[in-house]
Amino acid sequence: MLTVGVVAVQGDFAKHVALLKKLNVSTREVRLPKDLEGLDAIIMPGGESTTFRHLFDLYGLAEPIAALASSGVPIWGTCAGMIMMASELEDHRPEPLGLMDVTVSRNAYGRQVDSFVIDINFPILGAEPFHTVFIRAPAATRIGPDVQVLGSLPDGTPVALRQGNLLVTSFHPELTRDTRFHQYFLSLIEQSTPANSP
Amino acid sequence: MATGKDRLNGSENAQTGTWEVKIGMAEQLKGGVIMDVVTAEQARIAEDAGACAVMALERVPSDIRKDGGVARMSDPTKIIEIQEAVTIPVMAKCRIGHFVEAQVLQALGIDYIDESEVLTPADEAHHVWKHDFTVPFVCGCRDLGEALRRISEGAAMIRTKGEAGTGDIVEAVRHNRTVQGGIRKIMNMSEDELPTEAKNLGAPLELVQAVKRQGRMPVVNFSAGGVATPADAALMMQLGSDGVFVGSGIFKSSNPPLMAKAIVEAVTHYQDAKIIAEVSRGLGDAMPGLSVREMKEEELLATRGW
Repeated sequence: MLTVGVVAVQGDFAKHVALLKKLNVSTREVRLPKDLEGLDAIIMPGGESTTFRHLFDLYGLAEPIAALASSGVPIWGTCAGMIMMASELEDHRPEPLGLMDVTVSRNAYGRQVDSFVIDINFPILGAEPFHTVFIRAPAATRIGPDVQVLGSLPDGTPVALRQGNLLVTSFHPELTRDTRFHQYFLSLIEQSTPANSP
Repeated sequence: MATGKDRLNGSENAQTGTWEVKIGMAEQLKGGVIMDVVTAEQARIAEDAGACAVMALERVPSDIRKDGGVARMSDPTKIIEIQEAVTIPVMAKCRIGHFVEAQVLQALGIDYIDESEVLTPADEAHHVWKHDFTVPFVCGCRDLGEALRRISEGAAMIRTKGEAGTGDIVEAVRHNRTVQGGIRKIMNMSEDELPTEAKNLGAPLELVQAVKRQGRMPVVNFSAGGVATPADAALMMQLGSDGVFVGSGIFKSSNPPLMAKAIVEAVTHYQDAKIIAEVSRGLGDAMPGLSVREMKEEELLATRGW
């Protein structure tokens, strides 16, 4: 059985866990490096990226997660998770993990009063639009040559990106009941090299 | 700054201020510590220590208690100064029922409004009708009925009240256990018993049904009012809280940066007593406490609101 680790140092990890349970996937909350052992995939949820970075540093999570990313384990960052996975941030704070070749701007759409929902089409998910929830969301301001855009806002801002085994979304699929994005992420496990599997 | 609307080129499809973005914002705060701060410097200390949000105030609750008089919304200058100092969400308090203070806080771009019993109530019969706002609200409660009444008025997040500014955890524990006990009671009821329970709680039936369906408070539920140590914070988490507010507990302790950091770690690792033991070492003095048992009825803040 697949086990997906959900980083649980802070943030909306519980919503990811609940959606994965609906898909009959076993989950493990990750707070310490030992929680990463034997995982088939990892999700970094929404929350506060400065809080994440602080706790990653205190408990040594940054390096093992980066090592799993380079070994081919699928990793998905939503919102703050996307910020953590970036190679560079516009305001240079906090220091990201540098997993995906993108530059990200935090709180790119404004404060909470500017948070919004919108239906977007993602070709990878089929014809039915996906209801996206953006909360104090980040945006990608530069995208590396190996990064694929999976979907964009009407103004062309990309909101879902993939680079091999790495996926980022600036919105929160875990806050909806639609499991298609989680299913898409799980499909990356089958495509990945079994570096971390027993 | 580009707003969501600007970025979307006025796309008719996009909506701000929906219930989803309000409760979704609270989900992002989960497992975190929201700290009361009164200056930009304190806000930066809180952010560096790993706070998931700050509450911008003129005075922390223990000083409000000491000073007496009427406690109102903070001066916007103070709030803006704190907003400019940090990138994490900034919350602020309005008086119970004072919807114009709430309008002002929304105009300032506050990320979450706390309609709080720590300030002097402006209306002794009505709370703010929070559905009218784009900005989300958090409200205090002492029991499940009070929580569900606030949610029905539009609160997208709940916190148990505890007794603010005391450093005494006893009321926070009482309110948390009362809420969790109320939820467990509903879980053991059959569907046809829920209308009477709704009547007894003074809460809408549909929210009582939501509690039974979800097996928990229908929105994110933090603890507040009396958290003064890492062990206090972990206690509230183990009792079922989704996160904690720390008011006077940090900046009235003898070493605020250390206490702030320790409480953040204790909330993340609330089930790991070894880590709580480690972070509790050498913190200096916790805030001077005020035993709730020795206080007079009229000194209690938690009895404000209904």
